[in-house]
Parts: sequence; structure tokens; C-alpha cells
Amino acid sequence: MSSLRDARKPKGPDAPPAKDLRGARYWRSLEEWADTPEFRRFVEREFPENASQWADPVGRRRFLKLMGASLAMAGVGACTVQPPERIIPYVKQPEEIVPGKPLYYATAMPQWGIGQGLLVESHMGRPTKIEGNPDHPASLGASNHFSQASILGLYDPDRSDVIRRAGRIDTWDNFLAELASALEVEAGRGGRGLRLLTGTITSPSLAAQIEELLTLYPGSKHHQWEPLNRDNVLEGAKLVFGRPVETRYRFDRAKVIVSLDSDFLAWGPASVRHARDFAGARRSEDGEMSRLYVVEPTPSLTGGVADHRLALESHRVEAVARRLAANLGIEGGAASVESAEQWIAGAVADLQRHRGDSLVVAGDGQPPIVHALAHAINHRLGNVGSTVEYTRPLGARPVNQTESLGSLVDDMRSGGVDLLVILDGNPVYDAPVDFDFAAALQSVKLRIHLSQSEDETSQGCHWHIPGAHFLESWGDVRAFDGTVSIIQPLIRPLYGGRSSHELLGALLGRPGLTAEQAVRDHWAAQMGPDSEKQWRKSVHDGVVAGTAFPPLTPQLDEAALRAEAGSTTSPSGMEVLFRGDPCVADGRYANNGWLQELPKPLTKLTWDNAALISPAMARELSLENGDVVRLSHGERGVEAPIWVLPGQAARSVTVHLGSGHRRAGRVAEGVGFDAYPLRESDKLWNAAGIQIEKTGQRRFLACTQNHHLIETGLASQQAHDRHLVRETEIEEYRSNPEVIHEMGHEFPEEMTLYPPHEYPGHAWGMVIDLGACTGCNACVVACQSENNIPVVGKQMVEMGREMHWIRIDRYFEGDLDDPRYVHQPMICQHCENAPCEVVCPVAATSHSAEGLNEMTYNRCVGTRYCSNNCPYKVRRFNFLLYQDWDTPSLKLMRNPDVTVRSRGVMEKCTFCVQRINAARIVARNEDRKIEDGEIVTACEAACPSQAITFGDINDSASRVARLKADKLNYGILNELNTRPRTTYLARLKNSNPELADG
Amino acid sequence: MSQIFHRSMNTYSRLSIFGGVFLLGATLWLADTVYRSSYFTGVGVPRQQSVPFSHKHHVDGLGIDCRYCHASVEESHFAGIPPTETCMTCHSQIWADSPMLEPVRASYRDNRPLQWNRVHDLPDYAYFNHSAHVKNGIGCTTCHGMVDQMPLMWNANPMHMEWCLNCHRNPEKYVRPRDQIFNVDWRPPPDQIEQGRRLVEEYQIETFVYCSTCHH
Repeated sequence: MSSLRDARKPKGPDAPPAKDLRGARYWRSLEEWADTPEFRRFVEREFPENASQWADPVGRRRFLKLMGASLAMAGVGACTVQPPERIIPYVKQPEEIVPGKPLYYATAMPQWGIGQGLLVESHMGRPTKIEGNPDHPASLGASNHFSQASILGLYDPDRSDVIRRAGRIDTWDNFLAELASALEVEAGRGGRGLRLLTGTITSPSLAAQIEELLTLYPGSKHHQWEPLNRDNVLEGAKLVFGRPVETRYRFDRAKVIVSLDSDFLAWGPASVRHARDFAGARRSEDGEMSRLYVVEPTPSLTGGVADHRLALESHRVEAVARRLAANLGIEGGAASVESAEQWIAGAVADLQRHRGDSLVVAGDGQPPIVHALAHAINHRLGNVGSTVEYTRPLGARPVNQTESLGSLVDDMRSGGVDLLVILDGNPVYDAPVDFDFAAALQSVKLRIHLSQSEDETSQGCHWHIPGAHFLESWGDVRAFDGTVSIIQPLIRPLYGGRSSHELLGALLGRPGLTAEQAVRDHWAAQMGPDSEKQWRKSVHDGVVAGTAFPPLTPQLDEAALRAEAGSTTSPSGMEVLFRGDPCVADGRYANNGWLQELPKPLTKLTWDNAALISPAMARELSLENGDVVRLSHGERGVEAPIWVLPGQAARSVTVHLGSGHRRAGRVAEGVGFDAYPLRESDKLWNAAGIQIEKTGQRRFLACTQNHHLIETGLASQQAHDRHLVRETEIEEYRSNPEVIHEMGHEFPEEMTLYPPHEYPGHAWGMVIDLGACTGCNACVVACQSENNIPVVGKQMVEMGREMHWIRIDRYFEGDLDDPRYVHQPMICQHCENAPCEVVCPVAATSHSAEGLNEMTYNRCVGTRYCSNNCPYKVRRFNFLLYQDWDTPSLKLMRNPDVTVRSRGVMEKCTFCVQRINAARIVARNEDRKIEDGEIVTACEAACPSQAITFGDINDSASRVARLKADKLNYGILNELNTRPRTTYLARLKNSNPELADG
Repeated sequence: MSQIFHRSMNTYSRLSIFGGVFLLGATLWLADTVYRSSYFTGVGVPRQQSVPFSHKHHVDGLGIDCRYCHASVEESHFAGIPPTETCMTCHSQIWADSPMLEPVRASYRDNRPLQWNRVHDLPDYAYFNHSAHVKNGIGCTTCHGMVDQMPLMWNANPMHMEWCLNCHRNPEKYVRPRDQIFNVDWRPPPDQIEQGRRLVEEYQIETFVYCSTCHH
């Protein structure tokens, strides 16, 4: 208990007192529970099994006392009279609102400045759930975990809610007054001292405002900075095309794909669309299945689905690219690459066989030359126009962001900047360390920072202005193909936040300008005479028709490659790779509890980042998981815990950016280590010659990879033995379609002691396609959002008490140093012969007439027998009151159609029964049958690669029934005769026969 | 060895055993009685409101249809409480100066909503849908009682799960023709069971008695 109590203490002396008053019980209800007597009394009266006591080594006596008290009062807790409730109707009811029915609005989320189209569910004016917008090119109905979790970002109680000047509460009017006098000075000298710092800007209306500002103050400058920027992409294009162009990839058309350290399925503005297109090309039943080659230094989601993955240090990827190019007849001179020759030969042969429908893609972290080589290869293979298209850059003002920030820092240091306005972003935290942004910032006379929370940069600025969330303010944003979406707000700013448009309005001398006005005025001018009608349609659809960029045909200059030829040097020693965190990205989502607790796809770490090393390096340096090492590079160094990740290149150490915030909110502070102090401007993505020293300290990492294992023992071993994961080569499958079924053994239906269930109506079922699943986590967060699943905190995760209804089992396969990865989402299997149902003493878990394995929270008394008896280990128990019942903003966030569970209750996947019931009632009210595809579970809706299919297996024409009839379909643990309703499609591999052992 | 206990202890022990059983039974009986009492269920207890709105006057006296105010009953789970604007459609003309209606006028004037005390309050883990019941031949008065005779609203039924299941298991006892749903004067005909069975078949009413029908 004492350790738990201490956990709520480390707030830091500079935590603002206002936050503490708001109640410290946000994510980790446990700590508050441990401290408040009210809560304790509540527990004593109602819940006999005080599970938290297990965490306390000296609590046995007290536990027995509590047991006695609980027994005496058993059941009395249920006898309280319901507290009175009030109904508050509208004064004037808006026409479109039907009380109790949700509405859906189209909007878009800017991710690194680029748009992801969304449909947002709103209950009586409260946005509660994010879905993808089927009409949006980057979404096609799907979404990713960042957009799913943005709903929690909106209601985050740690968001800043007051304007502050030098830490003290101040007013907008005072801000305007000080800004006006500073601008007056600037107006006198053409704005020489005025600087604007933003992230990537694709918003046409915001870009227009910035242009206006630069015209009004001709001496002023606009700088852009994203820590995970795409400089290499644009520089690479400049190298061979002479100008920056954006590349659009068509993975649906590509039959052979070579990825040069590109994680195109997980990162970048089009990753959701890429996942959809890629999965489609892998699924083609009769046509040719695509083949993926990946060379990468650190395991990624894309590497996980590769047919031929090659783990190679980051700086050697360039050599591979050169060798590929040379073998395809492009000049550039390339020596052979040790240990990669076979892979290269296979890839080259395949590429040559697929001229016009192959694709080479380079990663954001690779230097410009690799991008240039990829362009040259695509040109040489005739892929341009089919699998590769070029457009103008997405950014309205494309610049090399590292140089842009560098020149700003130079100007600041030389005293040339008097007024700096930072719109979003957190450069004090995430700027390259050699810029020493924080120190340079201090020489600016007036510093203004607009951001949603008071972060490290706010602390270094005079004025902090609370920013509006994208669900709170109007805006516009371009998608990966240039398509513009109007960002439509769903709720008024909860914390009085202002948008970038408003702040720019103030800079332009129009302080009353609203974001809505700025965006509407811009589009009224663009749309012409019919603008009102077009505007309404664009807002409704979530896309402005006809705004996608037309393809360009830039001329490729191969000679430029020759000029770059000799520039490779092969640095020795170890390298460190800087990558965005799979969950909190560059740090902007660090205060989001859903994302912090989300197990990272490959390491399954939660609430922490680590330095990822290969098993070979671990052996060499005798390091093990949790050992804290000092990573140093010259003068600079950081201390980081080690995590050994099979598949990591032997000499590469990966660190994820975005953790170790000094100031960002209660969730983010003190989580993980900050890797930015090692990141220099000329080595943004990898730095060679790194030193690793063991410090002797250890840090406990909350990792879920050994939680809820099916059977005991090594996961991969069991997976092999019991054939939980099944995969085969496509050639093998074609010659013997029964190969998947032969791996396991089925039980005849009559082999059960219990009478069979009859399903005269619907029979709901699900199929999960392992061939399509990339393990991206979108479903996990979608499920958390839809089903009001709580966050439990790091300590509870350490104890194995995480509450996610979906766990994605990640299996390694093969060699320890070079394994393959398979992701298997595990949810309640809704067994026909469910082992959980027969052991529940109070019938809280039961079988519905439509085959659902129901969990009735109000009946559950918490014996946990069901969980004991579940071979799939998919049931989750509320050991404590994990739900936050007090923070007002979080009450707004919850799905009103799903019970908010209390402690002592078992829970698990329900197949989104609230959606089934809603669809049934609507269909019945309209006198029709529920159509196939009408009920979409939250996970199915979110899945970018359409790996999940839900429907009625009694309807033989339904998608799910057809998939269940597929030869790839199998149920896991069928030998136990549980007869699961959730089944899996085996994964097909498409290895190159020429690379038999690769 | 001499006996430790006197013979009379046999009587005491018998008494305490039977007394204990009796006491346990009595406690259970008491708990059940209290649980079913109107103290818990609110059955027959008029609920005070800030504006003493009378269903008796508006329904019985004026003959206003339920849906005039409870407008979303046929399309949503929530039947809807009328916005102040609905009250004012009449009360800007009729009883426009009545002091009793001052809160309504104040609400309209100041754009501040009225607050009503909820009468029919299901637990938060039970999901009831009005539209599904209205569509399937369950009339308003079947659950809400003789609303047209209530000056202030009260619970006519205990709203216990047992009471819900009573109808879910035997819908023929309560179902009525769809054109009589909003008729407060409808009474079950003498041959209700027979009529009910016919309607259950005609409306294809399924008897959903599994947990996730209402609990999710």
C-alpha cells in the first residue's frame, strides 16, 4: 500500500496548484482510493473481496476484518434508494435533435498537419465516439488509434483552461493590448522582429492568413517545425526532380513492393489508406497476391507483414538501395552488401518480372539519397503512373523544417526576434538538442504560445493561450492526396480554447475574427457564386469535391544520382535510431491515458519507452530487460531502460521519442525517458558511434506480453503446438486447400454433455483475418472508447490488471535474431459451449438466443470462476474502482449506451451488443430485417485493413458466413470443444521460392 | 466425568436454533417487504415538481395526445420531455398570467431550461427503449398507469425486473392493437389472452428474455 501511496506524490514542485484542487483522481483511481476514508467505507460495505489488499504484504489482518464486515453487510449495499434524477429539456429544441438518438457529423483530424477524415458520433451535443469517414480518401471508413483516442484528448481534464502571462492568470483583452503595442513597433520597421512558428500547414485558409501576415509585415518570417518531419522525402525529390514533389503510392496495384525502411502501414499521412490498399492486394483470391520485401533496422508493423524481412542497420539501407539500383541498371556504383546479397537478388528478380506493377518506397528516416534512388528505380521500372504518382507538396509552404527552425534559432540568438508567436507545437521539448531552443527563446522580447495544455514551451513563454481541440473549432485541412476537408466543430470549446485562426486574426488586427468566419470567408471566395450550397455540401460530406491534387509528371535527372555517388561512408560502432513512439508519437499524445496504456504493437510495453536492442547486443553487453543504460554520443547522453526485441538489427538501438515530459499533465509527467536530449539537427533519425554503458540501476517496465497467455510456457512454443496461429505458403494452400484444417482437429458437434442451443433467428459471429491484421492497435482503442473501458495505471498493468477487451497477441516465429511476427487479436470467442457459463454461480454470464455469451454486470458478484475457466483468458476483472466517477469532463465522454462498470465486476467483449440491439430496434421499427453489414462492431469499423468481419452466420449470404465457409477459416482451441463463434482466417505467405530459406 | 452443561441447556439450544431460523426468515421477509414497498418503488407516491403540471387536466380534461409533448416516443429510446417552447405554444395565450406558470415563462424569457424530477427512473444498467415497445403493441398506460387520472405524476408500477419479465414472458397478457397505443381509455377486453395471442402472432413479437436485451 505504501508504494501505491507514494505513487501519487511525485508531482514536482512546479505543478500548478489549480490542478491539485481539481482532484487527483483521474487515471489511477487506486491511489485516491488508498487515501480517502469515504472511499474506504464504501468498499467495506459493499465489496467482500478487497482485491487491492493482495498488493499489500502486511494487510492480511485488515483483509480478514474487511471480509467479516463485508459478509455481515452482504447485499445491504444493493438496498439504497436510487438517488433522485432530474430531466432538463431544451427551452427551444433544435430541429434535428431527437433526444436519445445520436447524430453523426463529418469532420477531420489534422495529424502532423495532414487530414484524416472522420465521422463523429454526438449524443445530445456531446461527441462520444470517432469513426472514419467512408467518403474521405485517407480513411475510407477506417481510422487509427490516434484519431480514436482524440476523444479523450478533447475531454482531458488536464487541458489548460486559462490565459496566463508569466504563469499568472490574465485576460484576452490584456493579451490583445500587449500584442497591439508590440505589433505597433513591428509595423514601424516592416515586421523585421516578427516571427511565426507553426507545424506543417496544409490548411488553405490558415495559409492564406499567414500570407496576409507576411504581406502586412514584409520583414517577418514564417518557420515550420515538426519533430517527425518529412524533410528527407522532399529533399529526396528535389535531388532527382529539381523541385519538391509528394509521392502517392498505390499499394492496391503493386504486385511486388520493396520497402527501404518505410513503415508505410503505420506512419505517415496515408497509413490508414495504405493498410486498406495493401490488405486488398494481399487478399486477392484468384489474382496474384502481392509480395513485400522490407529492409529495416528496427521491427515495424510493415516489417511484421513482410514476406522477406531483412534486419539491417539504418546506415546500411542506403547501400542496399544503391545495390538495388545498380542491379536494375541505374548508375551509382555500389559494392556488394554483406549478408544482404541474397535478399537483394530476390528482390531485383521480382522487380524485373513486375515492371509497371512494382513499387519501391523509402522511409522518412532514410536520407534524401535513398528517396532519390527509390524514385529512380520506380522510373526505371515504369511504375510511374501506375503504382506511383507525383503531386505538388501537401504543405502550403513546403520548407526544409530543420533548416527553418535552425534559422529561427540563429535569429533569436542574434537578438533579431522581438515577437515570436508559436502556434501549437512544443519546440522547447522537441527541438534538436544542438539548437538549444529553450535558451535562444529567452532572448525574444515577447513570446506567445498557443497550445492545448501548458507544456514545456508554455513555461518558456510570456503568454500562454489555451488552444482549441479540432472537435471544438472550425478549420480546414488537406489529406494525403490534397483533398480538403472542412473541420467542423462538435462542441463549443470546453476550456475556452482559441484556434490558430483566431490568434492569426489578432495578429492581423482583426481580434474579433472567429475561426468559422476565417474559414467560411476563404471558401466563399474559392467556391464562387454557388458557394453557400457547395459549402453546405462540403461540410456535410467531410470533403470538398475536386480538391485532390492532379498528378504531375516531373522529369527525373539520373545524373544527380551520380553526383551523390561517392558520399557514402560506413560508420562503425553502434547507432541509435530516433523513432516516433507507436502510441504517443512525438510526445503530443503523452497526456492521453488510453494511448499511454496501449501496449506498443511489438514490445507490448505500456506506460514507458525503452531502448530497444537486439538479442545479440544483449548477449554481447550482458544486458537484460529493465537494465538502465547510459546512451551517450559525445557530450550528450540519456539514461534509458533496456528492452530486448528480437528482429532488431544487431548494432542498432531504437529509442522512441515523446516520453519523459517535464510538464504536460498528470498522465504524461514522469512517464518514460526523454530521448530528445540525444537528437541533433543533422542526425534527426539516426546517430552512429553511440556508446552504451550499464549504470547498474534497474527500472521495472510494465509489459503485457506475458499477461493472459493461452496456456503456460513460451508463447511461441504454445502457438506452434496448439496451432493457435496458422499460416501457410500460398502455393501450398493452392495445392492443398485443406492444409489449414489438417493442422488442428475438429470435434464432432454432438460431443457435449449439455443440450445444444437452437438459434432460430440470428446467430452472430465474427471472423478475423490474420493475413490482413497488422497489429496496429486501432481496434483496441476503438473498443476502449465504445465500451467505456477504464485506464488502470502502470502499477495495475504490472499486476496484470489491464482492462482492454481486445488483446493483440504478438507471436514471434523462427530464429531469435531474425524472427517473423504474427499478430492475433484475442477477444471473447463467444463459444457455443462456453466454459465460463457453466461455472457462474449467479448466472451473470449466460447464453443469449442469438448465441452471444452475455456478461450481465448487475448480476456479477465477482467470484471470478468464469475467468478461471476461460481457456482464451479474455475476461477482465475490475479489481478496484478503475472508472473515474468524479471528473465532470470524463462523464461527458462516455458512451451512454454502455454501463459504466464498478469494481468487483467481470467484463469482456460483448460483440458490441448495444449496437446489435440498436440496429434490431431500428430494423423492427421500419418493418424490415437487419441487413448484412448494418451492425458494425467498434473494432470492425476502426480496422484500417478490414481484418474484422461481423455478421449473422445463420444468413448464408452474409459476408461472415461466406468467410466461415472459407478453407482458411479455423477456430482456436477447437480441441476443447468450445466451438468459438469468433474464428480466424489463416495467414497466407507469398515467399519468393528463389529465397527458400529467407 | 461430570457433565459440563446442565440438562436445561438442551432447551436453550433448541430455542436458539429455532429462534435463529425464525429470525433469519423474519429478516428476509422484512427486507423483501421493504424492497417492495412504495418507499422503495415510489408506487402511488406523487412526485413534487417545480411546476405542478397535471396530466389529469391536460390528458383527461383537454384530450391532448401523449405525443404532443412526448414527441420522440416512436423513434427513440427516450420519449422526450417537451421543451419550454411546447408549453408556451398554448400558455402564451391561455393562463398567460397565472402565477403557477411563472417558472415556465421565466424559463422561456431567460432561456434557462426547466428542471423536472424524474418519476420513472430505471437503474443506469437497464436500457429500456420506448420506440420498440410502442411499435410492438404496448400502450402507454400499460406501464405508466392511468396517467389521465394523475394530477401529479407517480409510478403506477414498481419497475422491478420481475415486473418487466412478467410481460416479456407473457406478452399476450398486455399487448393491444397498434391503433390503441396512445388511447388512455383502452381497457383489456374480456378475451385479452386470445386477442393478445393473435396480436403477438400478427406483430411477430419475439419474447426476448435474455440478459443482454436490457443489460449492456
